[in-house]
Amino acid sequence: MKQNDVILQSVTRVAVVIILTFSFYLFMNGHHHPGGGFIGGLSTAAAIVLLYLSFGIDKVRENIRMDFKKLAAIGVLIAIGTGMTSVIFGKPFLTQAFDYFNLPIFGKTELASALIFDTGVALAVIGTAVNIILSISEDR
Amino acid sequence: MNTIYLFIFLPFIFACIVPFLYKHLNRQVHTGWFVLVVPLSILIYLLRFIPAVSSGETFEYTFSWIPSFGIHITSYVDGLGLLFGLLISGVGALVILYSIFYMSKVREALHNFYIYLLMFMGAMLGLVFSDHMLAFYGFWELTSVSSFLLISYWYERKSSRQGAMKSMLITVFGGFGLLAGFIMLMMMADTYSIRELIANMEVIQGHSLFIPAMLCILLGAFTKSAQFPFSIWLPDAMEAPTPVSSYLHSATMVKAGIYLVARMTPVFGGSPVWFWLVSGVGIITLLYGSLTALRQTDLKPLLAYSTISQLGLIMSLLGIGSLAVYFGPGESGTVFTVATFAALFHLFNHSTFKGSLFMVVGIIDHETGRRDIRYLGGLMHVMPITFTIALVGGLSMAGLPPFNGFLSKEMFFAAVLDVSKAGVFGLNSIGTLFPIIAWVASILTFVYCMIFVFKTFGGKYHPERLNRKVHEAPIGMLIAPMVLGLLVLLIFFFPNVLGKYILTPALSAVLPMMTVSSYDLKISAWHGVNYELLMTIGVILLGGLLYMAKKRWLPAARKFPQNLTLNHFFNEGLSGAERWSASLTNRYMTGSLRHYLLYIFVFFVLLLMGSLLWFYGLRFDFSNNAMISVFDAGLVICMIISALTVLLAGNRIVAIVALGALGYMVSMFFVIFRAPDLALTQMVVETVTTVLFLLCFYHLPKLKKSMERLSFKWTNLFISIAVGLTVTVLGLSANGHKLFEPITSFFENSYKLAGAKNIVNAILVDFRGFDTMLEISVLTIAGLGVYVLIRQRSKRGKEHEAE
Repeated sequence: MKQNDVILQSVTRVAVVIILTFSFYLFMNGHHHPGGGFIGGLSTAAAIVLLYLSFGIDKVRENIRMDFKKLAAIGVLIAIGTGMTSVIFGKPFLTQAFDYFNLPIFGKTELASALIFDTGVALAVIGTAVNIILSISEDR
Repeated sequence: MNTIYLFIFLPFIFACIVPFLYKHLNRQVHTGWFVLVVPLSILIYLLRFIPAVSSGETFEYTFSWIPSFGIHITSYVDGLGLLFGLLISGVGALVILYSIFYMSKVREALHNFYIYLLMFMGAMLGLVFSDHMLAFYGFWELTSVSSFLLISYWYERKSSRQGAMKSMLITVFGGFGLLAGFIMLMMMADTYSIRELIANMEVIQGHSLFIPAMLCILLGAFTKSAQFPFSIWLPDAMEAPTPVSSYLHSATMVKAGIYLVARMTPVFGGSPVWFWLVSGVGIITLLYGSLTALRQTDLKPLLAYSTISQLGLIMSLLGIGSLAVYFGPGESGTVFTVATFAALFHLFNHSTFKGSLFMVVGIIDHETGRRDIRYLGGLMHVMPITFTIALVGGLSMAGLPPFNGFLSKEMFFAAVLDVSKAGVFGLNSIGTLFPIIAWVASILTFVYCMIFVFKTFGGKYHPERLNRKVHEAPIGMLIAPMVLGLLVLLIFFFPNVLGKYILTPALSAVLPMMTVSSYDLKISAWHGVNYELLMTIGVILLGGLLYMAKKRWLPAARKFPQNLTLNHFFNEGLSGAERWSASLTNRYMTGSLRHYLLYIFVFFVLLLMGSLLWFYGLRFDFSNNAMISVFDAGLVICMIISALTVLLAGNRIVAIVALGALGYMVSMFFVIFRAPDLALTQMVVETVTTVLFLLCFYHLPKLKKSMERLSFKWTNLFISIAVGLTVTVLGLSANGHKLFEPITSFFENSYKLAGAKNIVNAILVDFRGFDTMLEISVLTIAGLGVYVLIRQRSKRGKEHEAE
């Protein structure tokens, strides 16, 4: 990657925040509007890749100390874990539940176990996408 | 959820904790002490079932796993399952206790060992308590896998790896047979439940698939239980640590085949093919095993062959017992029911004495560092307690009183004498072979038992042949075999306690249609002077003589030519098959990516176009189509231009960018057709893949105008046009067919069913959550695969540079 790329780096600084916010919005929004774990996860991965492109791998790695392989594995485990939870409650594997709660600030809110499952999906997607791109780009 | 699931899955759950226990506590406490809790608690839990089960009750628990496919995990506790469950947990507890002293906590990778062992224990428990055939099959293969892992536990040794490979090949081969048999049974009776199979046996017995299903299931049973000629894997499995040999390869896993045959007896018993195969193969295995055991000089293979022969004995008893189904309730039926009873009795006895004998071998190996009887001798004075245990086990195996082996051996002789007089299935002509083979094999058994006990413990002690100072084993190692030895004695004196509470309920599970009074099932040591007793006396006399004269004939027997053994044929066959399949595979796996793409596309076209033309015919129906707007037309033109750019670009980066543009164009189409989820996904995927492409770009060779033959290019053109045509025709004709009810009506209820307004997301995470879960698993595995491949390559590259 190029070392001296002022415009790209300045834009990235702002853009990454926007992309991350948007991808979080996409992720949380998925239950009722377009979005969800896969898209949210992939756009987060895109933001991270943008960081790598503009600042270089070493610098980003210093700041995001995360093993993306483990992140992917944790995602899959979360997804399987939600499936197993329904087994413990005596329901078939991967039965999802939802209900409405009155939360302090948000008012009446729907909480669904599908969101936890979706978190697993998102983490697996982020982990895998970044992991693949990193390993290919490191192979020099 | 019933507690029984907790206990069946307890080994698996505990296996997850073992690594942490090993990591943090192994310095202070041997990991085995923690693991010991598992079989002990299962044993206590199962013991609580005995009163209810012995009074004829059975328990059934159903837990629906994937209800939409009708896959339920049904646990069924009856006498037969309980007998095996007690063996698995009881012998398991003793073996783990023994392993605590056998496996050094300093040198060995104990966490691996105990995880594999627990995995096996859970699989075996699941196997004997499953009623669902597919669950049964799953657990069956899991026992093969854990056995493979345990045999290759010392994987630095070549012989361990080879033995593990061989056992895996043979047992999994049989496992496929079992699966095929189960599927055929399912097709016949339209159920996956073994109990419902037994209830529907009339349907099955009249069906044309009856014999093929039987053969397939017997293949599974014979490979697992090491019956002739599949027995060759068991001696090689002796490369495993001795606790494993004692547990898997004598007491439990190899009896899974016996369990299967016993379970299936109500379905298949009564057919002549079943009788001849089970009893015939069993009795041949009995003879083969005892003959080959004689030739061994290493103690562990000697015991392995003796296990093979004893399994053959049990198998033949089960075959003889299946005649009870043929005769039905009545006098002759009762006679053969007793044979089945004897099979179960000997199964239990064999687990006790063979388990203790394996542990004795382990002690000898551990203390002297040798297992070869040519180097051993006179250990009686150094290891008196071990000698006593070996004597008890050995004499019980030889069938002498006052040990439990005597009782079941007498019942075996009675059964073979009965079958020679049965007069059905053509037994009139060759039925007398049964008692003769049984008697000869028993003599041989007697001789190798004597060799086992007295060549190691009797004779002169040669300390100079052993490279360490020999002393008695630590008390902890002796407890487990002592308990088993004590059982051997106790069962001889009180056989009917075992018979009444454990064996009779198991018998009624094997032969549910027989009503046998407890009088017929009374085991007694003294029947008066009859044929059986005379046969036993003959065995002792002749066997004693043979043992005395062993110097004359044993060396000759050991010189059996190696290239006539089954092992030799197996090895030859295996390497031949490998060569053949390699030459076949190399013919089309050329290593050229273009060839592979060619296969894929040709197959794609042939399959899709072929089935389209063959089954449905071409039918286009444009009446429901929407009008084509200016946007659509413009987008299509842009797409064509960018696709042509990809093809014709002289520069790779232009091609990649054009490809990205094509993808964005497709996502624009999704926008026009109001599929925002798809449009978003497509857009993000396109972005990430373009980056990926640009990264790979670095590694690709320079694009150059290829100088290939023109004809080759013509084929490419033809195939690519065919692929495009197929996809277009498929897409167009999909509109003209309505083969199935649309499923949209179900998904439209997503807000009510899943509380989600976004149908796409509700499908992804809820309705088809199983698919998504597997998809992300595959994605993660693929990501790890990429990482490992690249890491391996760059590592290798560095090594090259270093050289």
